[in-house]
Amino acid sequence: MSIVTVQLGQCGNQIGFEVFDALFNDSHCPRGLCSKRENEAYQASCKERFFSEEENGVLVARAVLVDMEPKVINQTLSKAAHSGLWKYGQHSCFCQKQGSGNNWAYGYSVHGPRHEESIMNLIRKEVEKCDSLSGFFIIMSMAGGTGSGLGAFVTQNLQDQYSSALKMNQIIWPYGNGEVIVQNYNSILTLSHLYRSSDALLVHENDAVHKICAKLMNIKQISFCDINQVLAHQLGSVFQPTYSGEGSFHYRRNPLGAFKDPALYTSWLEPVHAFSVWKTQRAFRKYEKSAALVSNSQSLVKPLDMIVGKAWNMFASRAYLHQYTKFGIEEEDFLDSFMLLEQVIASYCNL
Amino acid sequence: MTQSVVVQVGQCGNQIGCCFWDLALREHAAVNKKGIYDEAISSFFRNVDTRVVGDGGNISKGKICSLKARAVLIDMEEGVVNEILQGPLRDVFDSKQLITDISGSGNNWAVGHKVFGSLYQEKILEKLRKSAEHCDCLQCFFIIHSMGGGTGSGLGTFLLKVLEDEFPEVYRFVTSIYPSGEDDVITSPYNSILAMKELNEHADCVLPIDNQSLFDIISKIDLMVNSGKLGAAIKPNSLVTSSTGVFKKRQEKPFDAMNNIVANLLLNLTSSARFEGSLNMDLNEISMNLVPFPQLHYLVSSLTPLYTLADVNIPPRRLDQMFSDAFSKDHQLIRADPRHCLYLACALMVRGNVQISDLRRNIERLKPSLQFVSWNQEGWKTSLCSVPPVGHSHSLLALANNTCVKPTFIELRERFIKLYKKKAHLHHYLQIEGMEESCFTEAVSSLSALIQEYNQLDATKSMPVEDLPRLNVAM
Repeated sequence: MSIVTVQLGQCGNQIGFEVFDALFNDSHCPRGLCSKRENEAYQASCKERFFSEEENGVLVARAVLVDMEPKVINQTLSKAAHSGLWKYGQHSCFCQKQGSGNNWAYGYSVHGPRHEESIMNLIRKEVEKCDSLSGFFIIMSMAGGTGSGLGAFVTQNLQDQYSSALKMNQIIWPYGNGEVIVQNYNSILTLSHLYRSSDALLVHENDAVHKICAKLMNIKQISFCDINQVLAHQLGSVFQPTYSGEGSFHYRRNPLGAFKDPALYTSWLEPVHAFSVWKTQRAFRKYEKSAALVSNSQSLVKPLDMIVGKAWNMFASRAYLHQYTKFGIEEEDFLDSFMLLEQVIASYCNL
Repeated sequence: MTQSVVVQVGQCGNQIGCCFWDLALREHAAVNKKGIYDEAISSFFRNVDTRVVGDGGNISKGKICSLKARAVLIDMEEGVVNEILQGPLRDVFDSKQLITDISGSGNNWAVGHKVFGSLYQEKILEKLRKSAEHCDCLQCFFIIHSMGGGTGSGLGTFLLKVLEDEFPEVYRFVTSIYPSGEDDVITSPYNSILAMKELNEHADCVLPIDNQSLFDIISKIDLMVNSGKLGAAIKPNSLVTSSTGVFKKRQEKPFDAMNNIVANLLLNLTSSARFEGSLNMDLNEISMNLVPFPQLHYLVSSLTPLYTLADVNIPPRRLDQMFSDAFSKDHQLIRADPRHCLYLACALMVRGNVQISDLRRNIERLKPSLQFVSWNQEGWKTSLCSVPPVGHSHSLLALANNTCVKPTFIELRERFIKLYKKKAHLHHYLQIEGMEESCFTEAVSSLSALIQEYNQLDATKSMPVEDLPRLNVAM
């Protein structure tokens, strides 16, 4: 079962590269600490999920790269090709000349419809290369214009065109301050739209990952590269093949399957259903023992509440709204987003 | 990637423009060692095959043949433009992209705007269209001019309306040199106020600069250099004021050095759009993040450091000093004290070997001493560009949408009223066709309305920040 990754915007593409790199390096890691047969099964499973193979044995990531300006995609392509062992498909990129200007409305209402056909075609080509598609992994940030706005648009399209496939969005929660001034507007618009079309939102907060780099890893001068690598490490360990349940002999077929469980957060859920453990003998990236925890809990309520609060304060003053209404996102759209997110917050709080 | 076109108008505009092109060439030469015409360089330059006669001959890839600036040079006197065309940059300018006259505007906005405006409208349109045609994806017009004179002020602002009508999707970023207190042009208050109205209505973003601040910065650098306070030597080429790295003897008003500061401002403003970095910032993001309401589009700028010492290892202390300096009133390019006024938004554009943790550490450190408007308490926009300016290992450009511009506008209005009350020199303006007293009264009301907006914002300064009641949702 394969996963097709869609990387959007600067953040999405920078992280996407690190994720594929981590996955590749892990599956080719010599110290698997398990039997040879085990290792081969692991490698084969990883390969099928994330890479297709060219005749000469070079692995090609099952990915579509999208950005509205060329600098980052060019860098990403060359970094991947540099390794000589894996790369992105030559024709898997969609690029324009002028970015989205940190404007969700521009990404969603202008770039989206304008480039819908081209982008969906690229995705379709990638899907056709898969023997069986398990779903989509969409990597995007919430704070900018392309990842957030165009990302929301693409996810919606994926919902329409591939309704049976799972869609998981990796969203990057921006730093509390200091990235983009209109990040709160862009975030609430993104989240409210994704809620309607995505199956699962896997969240990474820049602040949290930054703390990991500072406190746990003791990196003195933390760069975005460091942050992205930590992120990729975490994602890699979640996505690599594992066994589910007890005594299973095959790697879980559908890696995204568990996320579709809607009952994961209600009070009548029995503990045994709420917590799934997936294990493998095979070591992840040279760590003798490692564990990754993916949870659906109230821990994101506070950050979500903060973002909604700040966006609301700004909205009340009408600041920056002219930048959005210029491209067809009206005050009503903002209000709808606020309503939806307040409901989500309330639902989580009522648990 | 996108392209930008520079439109330099009047004596001041052209002199600054000249410095800009010189620095831009140096910067790209330093970065682009292989001489390949790439997207970064195409943002400001065309690559032309000089063997091809006529207008064709644009080469889009491959080796650099002959670079032509994406510029339109306009002046109603010939002196400055002629000097440029005879100087070392003569081959960089396309001789067809010039509009000159001989009589000059006589320091009269009305002559620049009404007389030359209508006389040259067609020609201006033609040159602009041509420069746009040479662009694959034109994103921005940079207009450089002064406010106090006649051509830059009058014709420069006439241009804005033309650009808005003809290229509505292209941004109009205006670098405006405001007259200082002891400006020697008597009518500069009239010219400035009349120009302000146009800037209010037709510019997307204005970077106000004044000569006095530039001069003060240069004096400061001179003092530091000559006092021997700096232990190690200064890195060559690293003075934000120098183009050749030689410490020139200062004349009365060191215009070259002053213009270089402005040229550096424009280069740094566009660096993250041209070059790679871990957190890019395109020109359309400047307007998106820093202009919360259309009329409040005046951005105060500061450039640091003013020079780099020859230390190879930059201790974090020095890096942090760069951030602190960006907020000090001595480093602003206009008389302003952002620290003691109210921020609506702030952008920090960093170049060179600086990482996100350095940026965050400094924002956390400086935040408590700055006041942000209640609805934008975390109003920071940041960018990291990997390529530093020539001669520096790192640099910072801070753009502030801050009420500290207000004093400049208030002072301008006072000087205007002083003159206007006496009707001094008014006849020079009123005798121009299309000019009436209402032009003056409308212009000053437009400025007063703007000042009032800033007043209202300032009034909220000491009020406690309250969270507004949120939407109540039914469960």
